[in-house]
Amino acid sequence: MTTTVVLIRDTDSGGADRTRDVHDLFTQKVRDAGLQNEVQVVRAADLGIYNKGMVAKILPQGIVYAGIADADVDDIVTTTLAQKMPVSRLVYCGANEQVRIVMRNCGIVNPECIEDYIARKGYQGIKRALYDLTPEKAIEELKTSGLRGRGGAGYPTWLKWSLARNAFGDRKFVICNGDEGDPGAYMDRSVLEGDPHSVIEGMMIAAYCIGATKGFLYIRAEYPLAIKRVQKALDDAYGTGLLGKDILGTSFCLDLEVRLGAGAFVCGEETALIASVEGKRGTPRPRPPYPSDVGLFGKPTVINNVETFANVSYILLNGAKTFASIGTDKSKGTKVFALTGKIRNSGLVEIPMGTPLRVIIEDIGGGVASGKKILAVQTGGPSGGVIPEQHFDTPVSYEHLLELGSFMGSGGMIVMDEDDCLVDIAKFYLGFCVDESCGKCAPCRIGGFQMLKVLEKITDGKGMPEDLDTLKRIAQAMRKASLCALGQGAPNPIISTMKYFAEEYRQHIVDRKCRAGKCTRLMRFEILDTSCKRCKLCVVNCPVHCIAGDREKGYRIDQEKCIKCGRCFEVCKFEAVARS
Amino acid sequence: MESTKEMSVKDQVKAIAGQWRDREGNLIMILHQIQGKFGYVPREVALLLSRELDVPLATIYEVITFYNYFKLEKPGKYNIAVCMGTACYLKGASQILDAVKDLLNIDEGETTPDGMFRLDAVRCLGCCGLAPVIMINDRIYGKVKKEQVMEILAAYKKNKE
Ligand SMILES: Cc1cc2nc3c(=O)[nH]c(=O)nc-3n(C[C@H](O)[C@H](O)[C@H](O)COP(=O)(O)O)c2cc1C
Ligand code: SF4
Ligand code: SF4
Ligand code: SF4
Ligand code: FES
Repeated sequence: MTTTVVLIRDTDSGGADRTRDVHDLFTQKVRDAGLQNEVQVVRAADLGIYNKGMVAKILPQGIVYAGIADADVDDIVTTTLAQKMPVSRLVYCGANEQVRIVMRNCGIVNPECIEDYIARKGYQGIKRALYDLTPEKAIEELKTSGLRGRGGAGYPTWLKWSLARNAFGDRKFVICNGDEGDPGAYMDRSVLEGDPHSVIEGMMIAAYCIGATKGFLYIRAEYPLAIKRVQKALDDAYGTGLLGKDILGTSFCLDLEVRLGAGAFVCGEETALIASVEGKRGTPRPRPPYPSDVGLFGKPTVINNVETFANVSYILLNGAKTFASIGTDKSKGTKVFALTGKIRNSGLVEIPMGTPLRVIIEDIGGGVASGKKILAVQTGGPSGGVIPEQHFDTPVSYEHLLELGSFMGSGGMIVMDEDDCLVDIAKFYLGFCVDESCGKCAPCRIGGFQMLKVLEKITDGKGMPEDLDTLKRIAQAMRKASLCALGQGAPNPIISTMKYFAEEYRQHIVDRKCRAGKCTRLMRFEILDTSCKRCKLCVVNCPVHCIAGDREKGYRIDQEKCIKCGRCFEVCKFEAVARS
Repeated sequence: MESTKEMSVKDQVKAIAGQWRDREGNLIMILHQIQGKFGYVPREVALLLSRELDVPLATIYEVITFYNYFKLEKPGKYNIAVCMGTACYLKGASQILDAVKDLLNIDEGETTPDGMFRLDAVRCLGCCGLAPVIMINDRIYGKVKKEQVMEILAAYKKNKE
């Protein structure tokens, strides 16, 4: 019988992530000490601690050790695990200003142990629904809670369920959207890996409310650990009688199954996801009819995001009022963000809705790592927008972000500093959407490609002032006429950067300059004769052989021939190539 | 595992198909298992599958080609995935990608002639906190600097046997 669990994670890595190695070392030492039947070592996705080196959390004691070196492992095993005594020199005490609802159990329960989840009042929410509430009452509870979908659009969860409940169908389905396609976001992964039962319980509640008997968890194939943990959680839930027939002694029956994504961003869109679960190409179809009427295999279906379901189980357990006491008027509860980019403490943060951006970025995130000036933060992923520094006092909520021309999205929050070029970032996001467009409708397929060409023209130094109007015109067409939100939202990063950083576009187009030095085609490269050590490295690396000269006279770049690839700048070890 | 070694390809495909036969919308899951077993979806296997499931070959290819995850070519011994997600991009992932390309002399989506390395640019590996990230087979390297790429690859080159 396992009595102790050690959760480990490398919270800061200079090169390779050491988690796996330290996991192996720990397991070995535990075995050497003969403790393998009592102690289980688990790799955690997120412990809520960042940049503190190798961190281990020991449960049930809740001791946290940080900055662990390989040599410390022995001590932890012999002192803490064998004798249950702390190793005080390694103890970590940190403050935590965040509010944990979705991640309430992440890093606290052993995700591979259903008993742990149950001990933390797990499956009490579904029990309450089954014993004390009718499906209508449970939906009413969600309505009171004010919960809105966490997958992007923020549609009221109760309304979606209510529509599916009232739709006619001989079978109904629930689907958990764990596709998490936004590049730069990993909240859902952490919840699936850290607390899979909370999501399963949320799905059970949804199934009970709408009358579904079958459900699927659609998870990105790129998340093998999440898949394994969810599968284990499902097996345990079946083993305990929480899934299958006559659940908890009632007539409620539900089967849940894992289905894998296969690397297509558009499959996060609900109608495409349904096609994918059906085993087909994941292309969206026009809505209406909405999945709540015509969904999986043509039957009424509820699709919610991972985080949404984790909230549902919390709400049924703790009551709608508790949940609704957090947040703003129209956005209740908390939101998990993946704070990344040029931020000092990058990682997952869960904050009450209504928290100003500045608190997240400066107080929790610790500001910009480089000490450079912060420019903007991007939210909402490839369909989102940038928010410039002057708006950082805006509270984070569905309505406020929308007002600023961005949106909540699934929770990516990417901080940019002076070294980043906003035109380049816009091009990056658009490039992503063009790559991921399914090609089904022309506005997205052709419009996206055209916009990308125009942006490339601008970053190549061939932009014209009228290009900005062209961009706006295509954007309008894409927003209006694209079939799904991928195409409708693809122009957002461009429109929002044009709005807040018009000066950057002007510099690229009129001055033919890139302030950040990202758009190398706009740069001029020159060899500084006084610093040049005549090593010839640049000469041999120039792809178009446009650097000429000799050891006596020094080397010069033929500006006519130079294609501005930046190789010379990169290879020179003496900082003798100037870029301006 | 032992017995699968001796099983013919045909029997293996039969076994996988059999396991999923009565489940709705099974094709993608079957392809995942096939790729898990063979490393990619070889043409002969797709053909066998088409007969076994009584699904047109075109339907199978329609699905395989839609999803980036499914491969039609044999992978390398070591598969290098350079993350080009937003967080990694901002932290200089393009330079890491260029460094790998230069060192191995291949482009994205290509395999070295000796079959050792395959290179792909991928979207977010879900470790954005460690950006920039590369993954070689199942192993993650975080906060990679372009100067480290050579060293990281060298360790694998040694294992050439
Ligand atoms: C291109 C595209 C990608 C999407 N990707 C995701 C995703 O990865 N995860 C997710 O939960 N929702 C995603 N969505 C939103 C879903 O379509 C859907 O609105 C959501 O799963 C509903 O769940 P919710 O009401 O709980 O937010 C995406 C939408 C679009 C248009
Ligand atoms: S908008 Fe783009 S992704 Fe959506 S259906 Fe049209 S082509 Fe496909
Ligand atoms: S690489 Fe630098 S030092 Fe060497 S020749 Fe070129 S400019 Fe001079
Ligand atoms: S920028 Fe490229 S093309 Fe121009 S001189 Fe340097 S290496 Fe040659
Ligand atoms: S963006 Fe590279 S791991 Fe997320």
